[in-house]
Amino acid sequence: MTTPTSAPAQAPASAKTRSTPRTSKRIGFGGRASAWDLKLSPYLYISPFFILFFIVGLFPLGYTAVISFMDWDLVRNSGEFVGFDQYIAVVNDPKFWVALRNTFSIFLLSSVPQLIAAVFIAALLDQNIRAKTFWRMGVLLPYVMAPVAVALIFSNMFGDQYGIINTWLGNFGIEPIKWHSNAFASHIAIATMVNFRWTGYNTLILLAAMQAIPRDYYEAATVDGASKTRQFFAITMPSLRPTLIFVIITSTIGGLQIFDEPRMYDQYGTGGANNQWLTITLWLYDIGWGRWDFGRAAALAWILFLIILVIGVINLFVTQGLVRDEGSRNALSKRQIRAAQRRARDAVAADRAASHDPDPTRNTESTEVSR
Amino acid sequence: MSVLNEQPLVVADPDIPVEKRRRRQRPRYVKGTRPGWFIYACLGIVLAASVFPFYWSLLIGSGTSYTIRDPNMSWLPGGNFFSNAAKVINDPAVNFWVALWNSIISSGLIALSVVFFSTLAGWAFAKLKFKGSSFLLVFVIATMAVPTQLGVVPLYILFSDLGWTGQLGAIIIPALVSAFGVFWMTQYLRQAVPDELIEAARVDGASSFRTFLTVGLPAARPAAAMLALFTFVSAWNNFFWPFIVLDRQNPTLPVALSLLQSNYFVDYSIVLAGVLLATIPLLILFMFAGKQLVSGIMQGAVKG
Repeated sequence: MTTPTSAPAQAPASAKTRSTPRTSKRIGFGGRASAWDLKLSPYLYISPFFILFFIVGLFPLGYTAVISFMDWDLVRNSGEFVGFDQYIAVVNDPKFWVALRNTFSIFLLSSVPQLIAAVFIAALLDQNIRAKTFWRMGVLLPYVMAPVAVALIFSNMFGDQYGIINTWLGNFGIEPIKWHSNAFASHIAIATMVNFRWTGYNTLILLAAMQAIPRDYYEAATVDGASKTRQFFAITMPSLRPTLIFVIITSTIGGLQIFDEPRMYDQYGTGGANNQWLTITLWLYDIGWGRWDFGRAAALAWILFLIILVIGVINLFVTQGLVRDEGSRNALSKRQIRAAQRRARDAVAADRAASHDPDPTRNTESTEVSR
Repeated sequence: MSVLNEQPLVVADPDIPVEKRRRRQRPRYVKGTRPGWFIYACLGIVLAASVFPFYWSLLIGSGTSYTIRDPNMSWLPGGNFFSNAAKVINDPAVNFWVALWNSIISSGLIALSVVFFSTLAGWAFAKLKFKGSSFLLVFVIATMAVPTQLGVVPLYILFSDLGWTGQLGAIIIPALVSAFGVFWMTQYLRQAVPDELIEAARVDGASSFRTFLTVGLPAARPAAAMLALFTFVSAWNNFFWPFIVLDRQNPTLPVALSLLQSNYFVDYSIVLAGVLLATIPLLILFMFAGKQLVSGIMQGAVKG
């Protein structure tokens, strides 16, 4: 694609081509500079990001893989190749399985009730209430509190002896629960911290999705005599599906990495005397910066990543099934759409070559693709 | 890897133009149908639940070390908050002022840098045509699924080689760019700037960079502000990596808070006073920018 205009010299790309004098803005000159400008400048815009991203994001990722196959020596600051030994050692450690169990347990206890609560609260906020912004902000308030702070407050509230939760339970005649020594109870306490901080955030995402549902659906349902509850399950829930799945996937990625809350649940931060609330990342920290075994920590990091990937792929399959089930707007897949687009473009180009038709491109494409 | 990249597209519903979406949802409520007290009661409970932990930390943090054990505990704050807060601030192990300063500087710099690089790259991805753009964008989005844990070991080795462990730079540099930021700006700019505008600028003889400055930047401002806000909040609250790489003399606020508990594990009045103290800056931010946070989350959900 070329344009007949020239570019001012302050453009980073055209600065390189000396042929364009600084003041030249006359149309008709410097066409070559302009072409270079168009071609090169996108790469100039993305390159700062990618250079930095490579150094701080991608390089460590690959290097972790290298280290995970080594027995890393901190003093010499280099490693000895040991093959899959670190991975085998991790998987053979009973602590790994305890940590995996705890991580999944906390994850399920935090994501399932949280989603249900978020859908419920979003449905409340979706009503025609007064002071909408006030309620929305109220729901989001916990999000600004640091997880560390949340954990400190809740580990006080969930105190075994003087915690307010046990005091309340006592008012109902329930025996004090051992929130720290009992594994499952500690998972509930930690999941509560996560729920406190994230429910409001997810509520707002779901609320936005609810407001995008066309009101005609509800009007039609009301005319047909469907109750509010029926409408909720027959209209709202199916329309929310894609958003719900998005929320589930993001909370999976975050939830399986949980560290702050279990770390701050007691003053030692080692996951409890019997590893009651030891999570994978907590263990990773202990291996890496407690025992200074970087090779094994790197192996554990990769195992964690693989677990997240597996769960993600499972999610993806479930997602695609569900979304197709809902009836996508156009029955074509993305690839088919793209193929159709390409075909249309080729046809138009051929057409134009034959008849010098000015610009039918846009119309053809949109009728072919959209809807 | 490609977990995330499919999702937002589904959510975003790019097939429906923005105007159409807006038009369809206008007749949202029938006039005069305010919901009954029950809805407000439920919302009140939700609000109470989200405020209560703040109040609880005020309650304990303004009492004495005995308050928590007091069976006849008062439900009104005591008078010791300032003396407890002073103990936190003066605790030589906590370095409160250093932590506050570090948090402000690092979060601010990270927010600025993420917004800058993301806007630049987002503009290219959204509005410029170049070879490999769709592949690179998918690649960026895919990396959002990679956990932080995967990078910490080499980063730690790198920074200790450079002698930067314990330095603020060690937490700023890895956060200078964010894949989410690029994705966010791309999504926004794609629908915010009509292609005709860019075409017009080009016909008028503007270079690509000038078009970016005069057309792209002004249009990107609302999304950039929100991105800055979210980046700031998450950098402020970040704990895992700062906890690994910073030392006790030079912490950020969350790291300092974590030290508080190991010192005063008995005296919760001081721990929770410290928690409140560390949360106040973000509460102030929330007072002024809470509305933007709300609409940012809601827009992000619709646009992807």
